[in-house]
Amino acid sequence: MNTESLGSIFLNAALVNNFVLAYFLGICPFLGVSGKMETATKMGGAVMFVMLISSMSAYGIHAFLVRIDAPFLQLISYIVVIASTVQLVEMFIKKISPALFKSLGIFLPLITTNCAILGVALFQTNKGYGFLESIVYSLGAGAGFMLALVLIAGIREQMNFAEVPNISKGTALTLFIAGILSLCFMGFAGLGA
Amino acid sequence: MSNDNSKSKQEVTSTDEFIKGLWRDNPVFVQVLGMCPVLAVSNTAENALAMGLATAFVLLMSNILVSLLRNFVPKQVRIASYILIIATFVTVTDYAIQAISVELHKSLGAFISLIVVNCLILSRAEAFASKNTIGKSILDALGMGLGFTLALFCLGAVREILGNGSIFNIPIFSDGYQSWIVMILPAGGFFTLALWLLIINAIQTRKVKS
Repeated sequence: MNTESLGSIFLNAALVNNFVLAYFLGICPFLGVSGKMETATKMGGAVMFVMLISSMSAYGIHAFLVRIDAPFLQLISYIVVIASTVQLVEMFIKKISPALFKSLGIFLPLITTNCAILGVALFQTNKGYGFLESIVYSLGAGAGFMLALVLIAGIREQMNFAEVPNISKGTALTLFIAGILSLCFMGFAGLGA
Repeated sequence: MSNDNSKSKQEVTSTDEFIKGLWRDNPVFVQVLGMCPVLAVSNTAENALAMGLATAFVLLMSNILVSLLRNFVPKQVRIASYILIIATFVTVTDYAIQAISVELHKSLGAFISLIVVNCLILSRAEAFASKNTIGKSILDALGMGLGFTLALFCLGAVREILGNGSIFNIPIFSDGYQSWIVMILPAGGFFTLALWLLIINAIQTRKVKS
């Protein structure tokens, strides 16, 4: 088992090994929905929630698969759980707040193919985290995802007013910003270790 | 490459299905799909090539199966069934790589499993294989897979040469070479991809002008 304290697990997942800027997980929504601050925060919230649920379920599934000795089913069962969680969240949000459901639109079902979520489930299994540690880890990863998304959305909103050469408009510019952000996050190295 | 535009107006031939993945619709440089593995494992040319080939294999197999089953899968559960098909082949690939080279498996880490959520594969299954015959789907998968591998290799080679002073672990500079550590770090991935996109954009705009 692991001897890291819960606080350092959280810091590690959120800042030092930020899922987006250090592990490159969840780049697609990071590039796709980071144009506007409002959608970025909502997307971040939804991802955090799905991450928490799927991390808890992944812990249970892993324990069960170890018992029946079928580790090769790990990947398949994780992805099924994530897909059904997303479906559940979708129905839940539709019922509770139709307005929010409308504004998230297509991005909600796309959470299924967000590698950050499957990444959390796989990493926590590899690291041998217990139940409580898994929850803290997924919360940290979610917070880190939210942070990165909000940061880049803020910068991109400002960049709309900047004059850049034509060929660097769009994805290339976003990638440059992401690279600089990633350099900044390297400053956190050694913080939670 | 220069007569790409005139070709696209004509009827789509089978060679076209293959070529389009390499350049005009290159999954990485033009469609910007499947970015996570592209950035994460392109720190050396070897990793990049292995990852590209693994993805291409999964893409090919899932395209074949999806195309074969396209008349049997009900519309409502199609995404779920595609993901199950992809997950099966990823598991196969994962175990195969582990059997071939434990070292390579270690350096690619969880990113082999994460091929499941590579949007490129799912988007080809949904946008192409579920609507086309098996022959066309195979060509499409080969083209897209090779295009993806090519792009990954472009990134991996640049990052390894600048960041490590070597290619495929063979040193190419003299001992005095001061390596750019930043190119191997995550930030280098973003910068290198951004630079490649700039180059490609510049070529495209020049072509449109002329």
